[in-house]
Amino acid sequence: MSATAHPPNPNDHPIAPYLRMDRMPHIWCPTCGIGTVVKCFATALEEADVDLDKVAITSGIGCTGRVAGYMKLDAFHTTHGRAIPFATGLKLARPELESVVFSGDGDLSGIGGNHFIHAARRNMDILVILVNNFIYGMTGGQNAPTTPISAKSSTMPFGNFERPFNLPHLAASCGASYVSRWTCLHIRRLTKCMRVALRRKGFRFIEVIAPCSTLYSRLNRLGGGLELMRFYHDNATIKHGIDTREVDIGFQDTIICGNFVDEEKPTFLEMMNAHYGKVLGDRYVPMPAEGGWLHD
Amino acid sequence: MTDANRVEIRITGFGGQGVVLSGHIIGRACAVHAGKHATMIQSFGPEARGSACSTTVAISDTEVLYPYIGRPDVFIVMSAEGYDKYRDELKNDGTLIYEKDLVRPKIKDGQPSFGVASTRIAEGLGRAIVQNIVMLGFFAAVTKLVPQEAMREAVAKSVPDGTQELNLRAFDAGWDAFEEEYGNTAGAEKEAEEALVST
Amino acid sequence: MKTDPKGVLTGVHYLDGDYACGEGAMAAGCRFVAGYPITPSTEVVERISRRFPFMGGTFIQMEDELASMAAVAGAAWTGTKSMTVTSGPGFSLMMENIGLAAMMETPCVVVNVQRGGPSTGLPTMVGQADMMQARWGSHGDYKVIAMSPQSPQEAFDLTIDAFNLAETYRVPVMFMMDECVGHMTEKVVIPDADEIDVVPRALSKKTPADYQPYAVNGRGVPEMVRAGDGYRFHTTGLTHDDRGYPEMSAERQQINVRRIMDKILLNVDDIVRIEEEDVDGAEVVVVAYGITARVARMGIDLARKQGVKVGFLRLVVVWPFPEKRIRELAAAVKAFVVPEINLGQMVLEVERCAAGQAKAVLVPHAGGGVHDPRVICDAIVEAAR
Repeated sequence: MSATAHPPNPNDHPIAPYLRMDRMPHIWCPTCGIGTVVKCFATALEEADVDLDKVAITSGIGCTGRVAGYMKLDAFHTTHGRAIPFATGLKLARPELESVVFSGDGDLSGIGGNHFIHAARRNMDILVILVNNFIYGMTGGQNAPTTPISAKSSTMPFGNFERPFNLPHLAASCGASYVSRWTCLHIRRLTKCMRVALRRKGFRFIEVIAPCSTLYSRLNRLGGGLELMRFYHDNATIKHGIDTREVDIGFQDTIICGNFVDEEKPTFLEMMNAHYGKVLGDRYVPMPAEGGWLHD
Repeated sequence: MTDANRVEIRITGFGGQGVVLSGHIIGRACAVHAGKHATMIQSFGPEARGSACSTTVAISDTEVLYPYIGRPDVFIVMSAEGYDKYRDELKNDGTLIYEKDLVRPKIKDGQPSFGVASTRIAEGLGRAIVQNIVMLGFFAAVTKLVPQEAMREAVAKSVPDGTQELNLRAFDAGWDAFEEEYGNTAGAEKEAEEALVST
Repeated sequence: MKTDPKGVLTGVHYLDGDYACGEGAMAAGCRFVAGYPITPSTEVVERISRRFPFMGGTFIQMEDELASMAAVAGAAWTGTKSMTVTSGPGFSLMMENIGLAAMMETPCVVVNVQRGGPSTGLPTMVGQADMMQARWGSHGDYKVIAMSPQSPQEAFDLTIDAFNLAETYRVPVMFMMDECVGHMTEKVVIPDADEIDVVPRALSKKTPADYQPYAVNGRGVPEMVRAGDGYRFHTTGLTHDDRGYPEMSAERQQINVRRIMDKILLNVDDIVRIEEEDVDGAEVVVVAYGITARVARMGIDLARKQGVKVGFLRLVVVWPFPEKRIRELAAAVKAFVVPEINLGQMVLEVERCAAGQAKAVLVPHAGGGVHDPRVICDAIVEAAR
């Protein structure tokens, strides 16, 4: 193949095998951060050497909600806010699956917020990757539970006055065993973080701050893609292990990144199996790893 | 209702006396061990917890089409509050069976009524909790509505494992209490039966 | 195939409808249940949560009914037979993901032990007012199957059928009990496991390269695979093509939505289940379901004593509605009498199918109790005039 004579074949891209190349091009805007996060995840899957046949990915609705649609995995594009319980059902009914949720801030912490806190409380055996662009992108830039105070959105045209969630703190205080935050500029660190999270158990939460240049950036006059990346470069600091109470994000303020929580604690499935094993002894029949399906 | 051989029973007491289990055992005895049809309904809701608690059983030789009861043929009462709440619905000639240390019934003329000290008898067996099973033994002896063995089988199948023997003793004690108290009274048993047949 | 004996509590029991429904699910091979407690359905999951640990089943009490239905839809894609259980208020919340299950063509069972509504209504008392919601409750055009048991025995038997129908047609099946059946205790005979036929997940034999999750077979039902078997398929609640990829077009919408309707419509004769008594030569036919079917038979007996020729048609499967049969009967009878514990739901369907050939007379009951059989009798006598 002559690299100079022809444009590069997208199918030769190292992560092409992880993507549904028959669905390219994707719907995301130029300079959107979601694609970068997907690239990091695909790389992490490769580096972590997981059996891709056993990875199921579930998304809700929204821009990040389209991620499941582009990953070449068993993929579920579900309803708004319900990716976590859907992924919970997949995991519990076939425990050998690595059940991954990939969705946005509005989806997982707004309409799906109740599921988020309860899955974290249970230390449910799922990996949740939340791309936070501070706004509802797909529907046109409405206010989100993550929109920083004073930032403008299409439904807070004079600036937001609601206090936003500090999502790592929410996850950590509910009991998640693994909590991190990165921006989509931290490609290597984010990839490594995902790789580590794939090897951990329980409720693993990774928040990735990503730009929405079409809406959030335009409404708030933050410039184009390059300016946004430069902002992350200049304003993101890494503080591993910091108390998650400290990681609030103010409007155009410092973004504290790092691995905040990485604790070994029993997961939902471990607790259930251990408890029934203790109480019922040999009479306990756990759900088979390959699922409780009827077959000859 | 339209069913000539239908018998309706209401059991009442306070929460914790095993009212629902009593209804379950009567129903099970009829439906599973005596070849009849029996539909039990328990009253649900806040009023069923702690205070007056009630369950009903409709028994028939054919399918019970209407599960609720109208005016019961047999009224088993284990608490004063339950008696006050439901006493008026008992048929005028319906059979009243009551815990005689807890309930002071106002018996209508011609109403077959039978009292038993089921709580004291249960305490005598060492466990007050089997009071309801004593009452069931007494009920079975009074009404002969369900064969004694069917009732005993239903008791054995319905109580927690390991308590069968105690519960069967309680049942027999209730049965014997009837025999002792009313067994010699000529006609009492017959009267009760007639009361049921006439419904 | 025959079912897994681990879930079958063979014997003669004295059970309420809720427990019997739970036993039916376990006997059908259901091994995943997600639910949120709500009267008067809670006994179903209490029964299951007590027995599941001994048979490889997992019950999880979710944070709400939205989550319960979503978890069930997810679990169903592993091949594990899955169910959720609720009553009216929870049923309303489940509608979102019942629509998802319908669109993704996900086999699962949703039990609704109906109480009086609307809103919180009568939590502990009977209603049958969710029948239209079962059919139309989620947005958009779709079809489901709904069944209505009249006794604890049927709560057991029909729950098995509900799982089998769900697998056969890849649809969520609404199991429309009512509080009366749910809370009444009667004899329930549970047969041996080798007498219980169940429909296992019909897995595609195609290779991952050839498999398309929404390419149809002969009866209009696409083949399914399990998550985790290497197919790396895609499914979505968006309008989609045979690959399960979103396609936003009027043409694809027509194909996609038509097909999820047609797989029920074209197989309607196999799905419809009714029971008839003495409809030949009847002047009036009573149409009823659930607990009302039992009470209606008493009203019929009373009316017959007054010389009216009355037939009886019981809806065992309520949706799809036995349109063809009602149309046939409408040509021969004066009227249909429809007692139901609501202020007029299935009667609308009877009226539609009768199409003016025969009257459709509602015998309403707002809920909280069952009909007085004499009221049903009076309606029959009046309709026969």
